[in-house]
Amino acid sequence: MATSFQSALQNIRETKVWKSIFRRGPANTNRTRSLAIFGNIFLHWLPVKVREKSLRVRASYYLGSISFLLFIVLFVTGILLMFYYHPAAPHAYRDMKDLQFVVSNGVFLRNLHRLAAHLMVFAVFWHMFHVFYRGGYKPPHEFNWVIGVVLLLVTLFLSYTGYLLPWDQLAFWAVTVGTNIISAMPVVGNKIRFLVLGGNIVGENALLRFYVLHVVILPLVAFLLIGIHFWRVQKDGGLTVKHKDEDGEE
Amino acid sequence: MSESKNSSVPSTPRSEGAGKEITRRDFLNEITLGALGVAGLGSVAVTYQYFSPNVLFEPATTFWAGHPDLYPVHSVTFLQDQQVYIVRLPQGFFAVSAVCTHLGCVTQWKPDADQGQGQIQCPCHGSKFRDDGSKVEGPAPRPLPHFAISLTADGELLVDKLQNINPAQVLKV
Repeated sequence: MATSFQSALQNIRETKVWKSIFRRGPANTNRTRSLAIFGNIFLHWLPVKVREKSLRVRASYYLGSISFLLFIVLFVTGILLMFYYHPAAPHAYRDMKDLQFVVSNGVFLRNLHRLAAHLMVFAVFWHMFHVFYRGGYKPPHEFNWVIGVVLLLVTLFLSYTGYLLPWDQLAFWAVTVGTNIISAMPVVGNKIRFLVLGGNIVGENALLRFYVLHVVILPLVAFLLIGIHFWRVQKDGGLTVKHKDEDGEE
Repeated sequence: MSESKNSSVPSTPRSEGAGKEITRRDFLNEITLGALGVAGLGSVAVTYQYFSPNVLFEPATTFWAGHPDLYPVHSVTFLQDQQVYIVRLPQGFFAVSAVCTHLGCVTQWKPDADQGQGQIQCPCHGSKFRDDGSKVEGPAPRPLPHFAISLTADGELLVDKLQNINPAQVLKV
C-alpha cells in the first residue's frame, strides 16, 4: 500500500507539469532540500536548516508561531464575517445579531474571530515577554525587536478598530473614551481625533473608517511586517538559545 | 557629462565651488528630487483635505430648548438628544454640558444623591459635579462647561453649544 502510494507520488514527480513548477529533482540530498526551500515563494524566508535545540518547546514555547496561527484564523474568519456585515449605522448591529441568531454557524465564526483576537493579544504579549527575558532584543536582533514592538501595536490597533464594529453600547463608549484620549495630545490632538472619527462624534463616518482600517490597512501592514519579522529571524541567525545552553540548564 | 566633469578641477570639493561647479547630472537630480518633494508634500496636503469631511450629518450645535415655563424653578432637566442640562434656579437659567470633561461619557443627573441636593455623576469613571457644573470629585480635570443661552424674539430658549460662557453668567427671565 505504502509502496504503491510512493510510486504514484514518484510518477507525479516525473511529470512535465510537476517539473515545470518545481524545477528540481527529488529532495534527497542537502543541496536539493535547500533548493526546495529557496525555490518556493511561501518557504523562501524560512531557514533551510534549524538547530535541534531551537525546536524544543522551552526554547520559544512556539509563542510566535501561535500568534501567527491565530492571525491566520482571524484572517480567514474575518473574511467570512465580511460576507454578512455592512459597515453602516442601522445595519452593523443587526448584522452582528443576525450572525449570532440567523446565519448558519454564524455564532461559531463570530466567536472564533472574537476569541482568537483576545488570544492573539495575549499570545503576542507573552511572546514579547518571553523574548525580552531571554535577551532576544540584544544584537543582532535589535531591528527585529523593533519590528516586533510595531507588530504588537498593530495587533492592539486591530483589536481596537474591531471593537467598534458590533456597534453596540460597549463599542460606542469604548471608542468614545479611546478617541477622547487622542484629543488629550497637545496641539494636534483634536485634529487627529477629527480625522480618525471623520467628524466630531462617534457616528457613521467613524464606523466606516474603523472598518477600512480593520479589514484593509492594518492587515496589510501586519502581513508585511510579519514577513519581515520571519525573514529577519533567519537572517539574524535563528532563535536565541545560546545563553541557556551555556548555563547548562537545558 | 564626463566632459563637463573633466573640465572642472577634479580635486576641488563642490562646497568650495559655491555651487558654480554643478554638473548636468547633479542639476537634473536636484530638480527631480525637488519636484518629487513638492509633489509629495502636495499629496500629503490633498490627502489630509480628503480625509477631513466638509459636510457632517451630526446633531446641530445650536438648538431651541422650548419655552422657559417648561422648566420649574430649582430643576435640572436633561435633554438627551443635545446632551445638555437646562438648569433653572431662582436667579435664572443656565445650560450645562452633560459630556464629562474626563473622557467624553454622558453624565447623569441623580436627584437623590448628595443628601437630596442632587448631583451630576459620570457612569464611566465616577466623576461628580454639582448642578452648576462645578467639580466635586475627579477624575474629570475640569468643571462641566456652560453654554451660551439666550431668549429668542418668540420667547424661546436658544442654546449655542459652540460658545462657552463664564459660569457666573445666568439668563434672567
